[in-house]
Amino acid sequence: MAFWIASSPHNHNQTATSALMRLVIYAVLPGVFAQWYFFGWGNIIHIALAITTALTCEFIVLSLRSKNKTQNISKQLFDGSALLTAILLGICLPALAPWWISVIGVAFAIVVVKQLYGGLGNNPFNPAMAAYVMLLISFPIQMTSWQPPLDLINIDLGFTNTLTAIFTGFTSDGYSVEQLRTSIDGFTMATPLDTLKTNLGLGFTVFETIENSMFSNNLSSGLGFAFGWEWMNIAFLGGGLFLMAKKAIAWQTPISFLLSLLVCSIIAYSISPDGSASTLFHWLTGGCMLGAFFILTDPVTGATSVKGRLIIGALAGLLVYLIRTVGGYPDGVAFAVLLCNMTAPLIDQYTRPRTYGHNIDSVKSTITQEKANEKGEVK
Amino acid sequence: MESIIERILQNKFWNFHGGIHPPEQKTLTSGKPIKQLPLPKQLILPLQQHIGRQGDLLVKVGDKVLKGQALTQSSNPMAVPVHAPTSGTISAIRKSAIAHPSGLSELCIFIDVDGDDTWKTREICEDFTKLNKQKIIQKIADAGIAGMGGAGFPTHIKVNTKPEINFLIINAAECEPYITADDLLMCEQSEAIIDGIKILEQLLNPAFILIGIEDNKPRAIKALQHATKNIEKISVCVLPTKYPTGGEKQLIKILTGKEVKSGTLPIHSGIVVQNVATCFAISDAVINDIPLIRRVVTVTGQAVSKPQNVWALLGTPVNHLLEHTGFVTEHDSSKANPPVTSPPVIMGGPLMGFSILNEFVPIVKTSNCILAPSRAEMPSAFDNNSSEVECIRCGQCADVCPSQLLPQELQWSAKAKDHQQLNKLNLFDCIDCGACAYVCPSKIPLVQYYRIAKAEIRQQQQLDLKAEKAKSRFEARKLRLEKDKNAREEKHKKAAAARKIAMSKRSADGGSASSAVAAALARVKAKKKAKSNDELSVFSIEKAESSSVLSVSSDEVTDEKSQVKAAIARAKAKRLAKKDDVSTLKVANKDSEEKEKTIKTVKTVDDKKAKIAAAVAKAKAKAKKEQQPEQSLPSSNEKEVKATSTKTDDKKARIAAAVAKAKAKAKAKKTQEKDQLAVMSNEAHAPFKSSNEESE
Repeated sequence: MAFWIASSPHNHNQTATSALMRLVIYAVLPGVFAQWYFFGWGNIIHIALAITTALTCEFIVLSLRSKNKTQNISKQLFDGSALLTAILLGICLPALAPWWISVIGVAFAIVVVKQLYGGLGNNPFNPAMAAYVMLLISFPIQMTSWQPPLDLINIDLGFTNTLTAIFTGFTSDGYSVEQLRTSIDGFTMATPLDTLKTNLGLGFTVFETIENSMFSNNLSSGLGFAFGWEWMNIAFLGGGLFLMAKKAIAWQTPISFLLSLLVCSIIAYSISPDGSASTLFHWLTGGCMLGAFFILTDPVTGATSVKGRLIIGALAGLLVYLIRTVGGYPDGVAFAVLLCNMTAPLIDQYTRPRTYGHNIDSVKSTITQEKANEKGEVK
Repeated sequence: MESIIERILQNKFWNFHGGIHPPEQKTLTSGKPIKQLPLPKQLILPLQQHIGRQGDLLVKVGDKVLKGQALTQSSNPMAVPVHAPTSGTISAIRKSAIAHPSGLSELCIFIDVDGDDTWKTREICEDFTKLNKQKIIQKIADAGIAGMGGAGFPTHIKVNTKPEINFLIINAAECEPYITADDLLMCEQSEAIIDGIKILEQLLNPAFILIGIEDNKPRAIKALQHATKNIEKISVCVLPTKYPTGGEKQLIKILTGKEVKSGTLPIHSGIVVQNVATCFAISDAVINDIPLIRRVVTVTGQAVSKPQNVWALLGTPVNHLLEHTGFVTEHDSSKANPPVTSPPVIMGGPLMGFSILNEFVPIVKTSNCILAPSRAEMPSAFDNNSSEVECIRCGQCADVCPSQLLPQELQWSAKAKDHQQLNKLNLFDCIDCGACAYVCPSKIPLVQYYRIAKAEIRQQQQLDLKAEKAKSRFEARKLRLEKDKNAREEKHKKAAAARKIAMSKRSADGGSASSAVAAALARVKAKKKAKSNDELSVFSIEKAESSSVLSVSSDEVTDEKSQVKAAIARAKAKRLAKKDDVSTLKVANKDSEEKEKTIKTVKTVDDKKAKIAAAVAKAKAKAKKEQQPEQSLPSSNEKEVKATSTKTDDKKARIAAAVAKAKAKAKAKKTQEKDQLAVMSNEAHAPFKSSNEESE
């Protein structure tokens, strides 16, 4: 009787990439729910569109790339990576953007950014963020058609209205997207970050800006949270912490990212309190938490070593802060992520850990030096 | 050192990077005692069961062997012998599948067991403390003990060390899931193990002895603590359970905080690590004179109905163990997809063990576990790494790597066969623990990739070495050929030059000015040569003459008158000698005339007068003879004159002789000068000959 030959190790902890992806998708759901609660159906519709497009594109490219491996294709198709990309992009898009924005965006993400570079694991850039940046640069008007939180709109925006607005540009009652974006006060709404930036540019202080209805909210008006956005970010934070607890993502990147943002905002606040928003404002507006826990932690495009992840996170925090305050765009998470993706291989190259049994002397010498220093202090 | 001990006594230990916590599954077997199995019908003993070389065979087919009898002997320090685990007959010595990941076949001794289990004669040592070091090491070497933890390094080499040993670490961690062989051994044989440790202490004289044991073996810990409570030097270190704590380097790091420098052995840092089962084998060998013929093997997994630890004789085929533990195969291959012919049976643990080829693979010195998992229990053991997907760089492998390598980068380089980069990433510091592959969500068989890459690099190194040798050999040959060629060319050149000179010399005879100078030089050389040649030839003549002179003088002593006769005889001899010389013929004639005259005078004149006259005549005759082209004549003359002068008392006669001598010399000189010129012209061709000779 011949036995079955297999290579060691024979045991496995039975984790799988697809399971990891599923876990991330579950973790992102609270944020999606918060988004739905405050901003309506827009993003849900975009996510659905994106998922459909993503799976179609993935299937086409996979069948073009692989030869007579139908089983393999279905496995790769549902490994969750394309799904996750679609969901992340759907969350990022303005709720009332036309339908083709998400279709073009996801097709670009899957076909060009992911599959043309070799598919899962081989893409140098985060597909969702690369697609977002592409859309932002190519279609600036559609990509800034932000919808204010439902409470601030005087038109009732139900599911059908949102759906028709996305597909035709008008609600069933005949309101245009432009009209939908007009607030109760008759002003066209932008995101809080955008508003803050514009107002600061006009010479207002931060305090004057957050008096605006967009910022006044039930959590704490004094702190200047952006209405709707703060809950969304808190939900993403919750999902991120869940992933960290599950060890599905590395803790180094988000922690270092948030700390870096904290340090930057504190420095700026201490220099010019009137011209700088608070740390919590930075943390809880825009795509901060989503970027910290779901985008930057993408293992494929991030750094792999512990030190590398810390560096990448800190660099991303600095870039986000700089783009938000001095850059041309109101939010900079997508750009920061892409810039960090570019540096990741280099950072990995220079942050290789010391292998067991190598350079022991250098370690020892530092230890002895420390000891010598201690002794010197004692004396 | 002191701080390390302080920490250990406080039960504070260091940590190594990474590590995993796979399901332990040790309770399957840890509660049951070690079972004695009935003797198998046949034993299959591979000649090589360890790292190093196989020993030389001592037995042949048909031999009857006794239990404990050596079957091979070690001719090399890296070879350890194997022994007959029980009595029986050797039925075959041939290649058979051995316990090897690749299912290799090696030379094995097949023993048909007779069932009597008859021991060879043993010498039981009552007190090992009385044995000296060499004796103990010899006993260990003869018992065929190799490290029983897994690698199988010959123990007698490990314990035979010069450098000072700070720590003797006994590895009782047994960190791999399922395996409880060492655990049970410690529970049941703690006294023998401590004896083994004491023997090691005697050999190595370490400053401290640390027993590293994971905290999932409470019974074994208690047994060891009980057995060592009176020994201050030994401390039982209870370590947190984490795979791979039992890795040699990892254990050293945990216990001492030191790292073993890459590429060196722990012994270079003053540390020796021995497996706890090896300690038991050492005590058995030294005290009871039992060579390494059996070991504890954990037979476990959900595919066996009665998992248990057993005492297995080395060479026991795996099927014997499986039979006695109730191995059940899942033979519903119709349900399996893809259809599996048979389940895997793993020798070793689930993380570092290897699946064996068939049920006849024997237990060897390093086999600590036979694991037969069910499909539900260990699905990845059945699918043969077919579910591999792309790496997503999650870095979990790097997080768990105990050597702090970057498994994902190693994997890329291994797939790309970038050996240079693999070396840069320290591939050879990988200990094959399998932690990276265990956690990999993409189910990449990382260790398999590294093994292949390591084998390829080793092969490449061997090829490089071979190529290097061939290159140096080729270069040496090229150099030699070059040298030979140069030498030949040089010779040809010289010969050509000589020919050229010879040609120009011939043309110089024709009247060329430059060749005239050369000819003159050549002549001088030739002259010198001729001189020496002549001297030689003349010397022989001289000898002949002087001998005749001597005979003459002896005659003179007896009869003075006979001197005249002698002179005549001499003259005659000389004349004969120069007969062929045409130019001297006349002189010879004159001589003979003169001599006849002197004979007449001798007859008339009295003693003294006659003598003088004879001498004068002689001198005259010689002077004439000396006109011939011979340089050595003066010397022969001198001798003659001496001969005569010794015989004549008269001073006048002497004077006359001297006068005659001087005259003769003067004449000889003149003839010499003339002759030299003649020789020069005669032997003008000689120098070319001599130059040719030189070049050859």
